[in-house]
Amino acid sequence: MSRDILKKIGKIALAAAFWLLVWQLASMAVGKELLLPPPLSVLKTLISLVQTGRFWLSLGHTLLRVLIGFLLGISAGTLLGALTGSVPFLDTLLSPLRSIIKATPVTSFIVLLLLYLSPVRTPIAVAFLMVTPIAWANVAKGVTSTDPQLLEMAKAFSFGRMRTVRSVYIPSVLPHFLSAATTGFGFAWKSCVAAEVIAMSKNSIGKAIYESKLYLETPELFAWTAVIIIISMALEAILVKSIGRLGYDKH
Amino acid sequence: MISIKNITFAYKNSKTGEKEAPVIRDFSLEIPEGSAVAVMGESGRGKTTLAKLLLGFIEPDSGSITGLEGKRISVVFQEDRLLPWYSARKNIAAVLKGEKAESAALTEKLLEEVELTAAADKPIRELSGGMQRRVAIARALAFGGDLLILDEPLKGLDEELKKRVAARIKARAKTILLITHSEEEAALFGAEQICRLN
Repeated sequence: MSRDILKKIGKIALAAAFWLLVWQLASMAVGKELLLPPPLSVLKTLISLVQTGRFWLSLGHTLLRVLIGFLLGISAGTLLGALTGSVPFLDTLLSPLRSIIKATPVTSFIVLLLLYLSPVRTPIAVAFLMVTPIAWANVAKGVTSTDPQLLEMAKAFSFGRMRTVRSVYIPSVLPHFLSAATTGFGFAWKSCVAAEVIAMSKNSIGKAIYESKLYLETPELFAWTAVIIIISMALEAILVKSIGRLGYDKH
Repeated sequence: MISIKNITFAYKNSKTGEKEAPVIRDFSLEIPEGSAVAVMGESGRGKTTLAKLLLGFIEPDSGSITGLEGKRISVVFQEDRLLPWYSARKNIAAVLKGEKAESAALTEKLLEEVELTAAADKPIRELSGGMQRRVAIARALAFGGDLLILDEPLKGLDEELKKRVAARIKARAKTILLITHSEEEAALFGAEQICRLN
């Protein structure tokens, strides 16, 4: 392991230790585990949680819902972004829809969707609705900001539609897409769990969080939150790495 | 014979949408097949606009361009216009269609001719300005065609390299339209006709 990496790990560990200490001190100052449990208590709860079947069942179901909602949202947003980015009339026609979805509070969507969908499907639809406008706006921006000189070059050298899309548009849009994917993934997680809390979706992190609040099991609430953060960060890192690979030539 | 007859072209003002003063006014030029013709003039005289007209990116307001019907035109733009996410080799290969082995062999040969074999797989952003220029030249030669438009093709190259690269371009291209403001560059391409845009 190089010295630079060790240095980096050391810095991260130091920052983590600092915030854990702040948490511990804050918990001691509050003095009530019910309001702010100490880090060790949360860790103990987390360890006992991961040993239960309920944990993995809830985690698996929520993860699946997040992924389905995210993938549907990113696909729909990319398609809409590509369309509105290339046809100005479609942008004028459809952009109010994007603005409305973006401005609507997530709780309004959850409550509204629960009228039409089951508690299992509502979180997927909510994640989809949160991710779509983000991907849509970013991809559209990527399409419209594609270098016109490169497009002229593609025309001069008879690239044709497919090659122009593959060699000019996709690499130009990729950084915008990556930014949409990482932001959208975070939104998908948070909105999906929020929807699960309100919908009381069976076998879900949201339901587990709701129950821990109901039974005043604050360490469990913190443990579940920690799980969401850890999984979200890990998946985001995988996402960034795998999409990043598609970009520039690496030699 | 490519014949440009009395063309006039003015750009539209982006704010008002109205035509501005013509960049090219009543310009005529004949380019015999197999020849090298140089168009010279100071900046802002419409040299690059002429290239755009020949490439069909813009239409003249009046006048006509004949002799290009069904012809393939290759170009070295004033800017390199390379795909920054590709290597030098991939930028050249991007304009080739057909057999993979044939395309690879031609790419290799052209890289050699522009003296870039060693840098073939380097990403474009890691190449110097002069090297990027040579990739743009190799790409235009790979595309081939009946007319090669060269818009200040040798900028950024040192004197000796200019001579070698110009000779190799000349050997490959059928008909050349050289856009330049350098008499020396026109001489390097052995321009049979020099036309001045005033």
